[in-house]
Amino acid sequence: MNYTFIALVENKPGVLSRVSSLFRRRNFNIESLAVGRTQDPDVSRMTIVVDCPNGDIDAHKIEANLYKLVNVIDVQDVTHQPNVTRDLALIKVLVAPERRAEVNGLADIFRARIVDVAPDSVIVEITGTEDKIEGMIELLRPIGIVEMVRTGQVSMTRGVHDGVRRMPGMNERRYDNMTEVAAMVP
Amino acid sequence: MKLKGAEIVWECLTREGVEVVFGYPGGANMPIYDAMLNYPIHHVLVRHEQGAAHMADGYARASGKVGVAMATSGPGATNLVTGIATAMMDSVPVVFITGQVAAHLIGGDAFQETDVTGITLPITKHNYLVTRAEDIAEAIREAFYIARSGRPGPVLIDICKNAQVESCEFVYPDEPELPGYKPVMRSPKALLDDAVSLLENAKRPVILCGHGVIMSNAEEELMQFAVKTQTPVASTLLGLGAFPASHSLSLGMMGMHGEAYANNAIQNSDLILAFGMRFDDRVTGTLKTYAPKAKKIHIEIDPSEVHKNVFVDVPLVGDIKTVVSDLIPMVDEYDHDEWLEEIQGWKNDADTRSIMNWKEDGKLYVAHLIADIWKATGGGAIVTTDVGQHQMWTAQYYQLEKPNRWITSGGAGTMGFGLPSAIGAWFAAKDQEIWAVAGDGGFQMTAAELTTAVQEGANVKIAIMNNNFLGMVRQWQEFFFEKRYSAVNMVTPDFVKLADAHGVPARRVTTREEVADAIEWARNTQGPVVLEFKVEREDAVYPMVPAGAALHEMIRRPVKA
Repeated sequence: MNYTFIALVENKPGVLSRVSSLFRRRNFNIESLAVGRTQDPDVSRMTIVVDCPNGDIDAHKIEANLYKLVNVIDVQDVTHQPNVTRDLALIKVLVAPERRAEVNGLADIFRARIVDVAPDSVIVEITGTEDKIEGMIELLRPIGIVEMVRTGQVSMTRGVHDGVRRMPGMNERRYDNMTEVAAMVP
Repeated sequence: MKLKGAEIVWECLTREGVEVVFGYPGGANMPIYDAMLNYPIHHVLVRHEQGAAHMADGYARASGKVGVAMATSGPGATNLVTGIATAMMDSVPVVFITGQVAAHLIGGDAFQETDVTGITLPITKHNYLVTRAEDIAEAIREAFYIARSGRPGPVLIDICKNAQVESCEFVYPDEPELPGYKPVMRSPKALLDDAVSLLENAKRPVILCGHGVIMSNAEEELMQFAVKTQTPVASTLLGLGAFPASHSLSLGMMGMHGEAYANNAIQNSDLILAFGMRFDDRVTGTLKTYAPKAKKIHIEIDPSEVHKNVFVDVPLVGDIKTVVSDLIPMVDEYDHDEWLEEIQGWKNDADTRSIMNWKEDGKLYVAHLIADIWKATGGGAIVTTDVGQHQMWTAQYYQLEKPNRWITSGGAGTMGFGLPSAIGAWFAAKDQEIWAVAGDGGFQMTAAELTTAVQEGANVKIAIMNNNFLGMVRQWQEFFFEKRYSAVNMVTPDFVKLADAHGVPARRVTTREEVADAIEWARNTQGPVVLEFKVEREDAVYPMVPAGAALHEMIRRPVKA
């Protein structure tokens, strides 16, 4: 099944290739990977969706290996936590002016937007979960999709919820409660 | 103070306490080599960059310090690759410094340009591409810190030529603070309690001692823990020396060519305490039947090793010295006499099969020769090996009492490692006796470093076990490929003449009568010496767990009348 990880990494050249190389080296398949800046200019944030055929054991391996990369600051698994997950797609549909209204109608239903109109095509922008976007694509396909691009999934946990962190002590941020750190010393 | 980038390199190395650098100059690192002349660090000119990497590795393993190797861009850097991978697999702290073409030429396929940080990304703990003089000091400071801390490993710094010649203000950075790099030293109390309660209930515990014990200098703690809890200690190939072989609780080496009684003990144990080892396939056999009755406690500094191959009951992530120190006062003195007696029974059986009981039959056997060298050197020499049969026999018969004397390529299994790593070790321990044991195949892979040994006056004794075969491959072909020998029959040069051409004293030994005298002669001859032993061609290493078999399914040495 697919697991979703959020990794905070140092904003330095080559970090993306270190992360992607790690997944290849350890024989995991990335379903989607999205990287972008955060409120801290020194830190980038990755949302990584990975197929984990062995469930939590694989998730453990992925977290542990990510921490082996010197530039990886924090990793959390948000698969089973309440979270907001979004993917953005731009879909160019070949459509004659007389059928444009049909595309317009579909866009309305999915709360998508027409962001470009040309004489024989339109670009639909849709944001949402993977399921929602797949649903829209299914309906646009018979009309004629000629080009499509997707950003890949980005995720954020809701409210005060945090993802699961399986690597005790790997990240000082993990210990919000300092008594937990104190308990490590026998 | 304004300095050139090349000078900053040496300023930093000096401050890191570097005494010796192994390397090879070329177009892209010439400014570094020019600046070198003004600094007191000794440079060893190798004959091939792979040699430099292995020498730095051998130096690091013998000294416990960080080794340093240098090469130019392109082919110079790619020649390091085998050595980098070797250091990575065995967690050896080595800093590699390579030259790179000028920053503005990168990506243009310039002369001798190779993407070295890309190539070495999966075989280094971390690496750097430095394009500006201002970034050199920080990169070197971080590289040494990363290489030696946590689970040690190789770090590569690729420095563009423009960064070497440009000048900037030099400030030696403080101890690095890396937001994403925080090695865990201690395990939580709750998990230590879990480990202790498993140990309290164990009747048949075994400690598996790995390289981590030596890397963490935890030999003393291991001894205290083992004696207090009366738990026998089996070692991985790289863990040898951490626990004295002559100790009554020592089980010697485990695994594919481990002692049968060590493997039997593991398979029959009810509790495994893995200290700084990673359950490599060479020590577990097939995982399906590995130690089926045992609960498992794993003390390991690298969390990615926990649950990697073997799922454990209590993972104790942390530095072994710290974690075992924390555990010692928590455990009681236990009595495992029954268990130790059972193991003694297996030991007695192994003794009856030992090749050491064989009567003189006119042939030379590597196992006997290693035992002879062991006796002659009082078991106290630093021993390096290549990879293959001779490596396993050396592991079995050079019985180590102390750590940092056993230098062998374990994880990577790199042929050609023996001679250069011995030269590197000599720079770390010039007052100690050093033996490089090699096969005829492996020796020829890096034989060019013989000249390096001569140029440096390295006092290393090289024992070539010549069976005119790639022995281990031949053994597998004998056991598993119906004795169809494919590409293992090897013509070798006249090693005595080869040594002579290098100005190295050498002897060929073909009979038992000559052995003791030849070893003494080598020991008493200053500088590099070659001994070529013409050994039995088709001897095999026993016991052997075939690849994919269970650990207790060993092929044993046939009992010879």
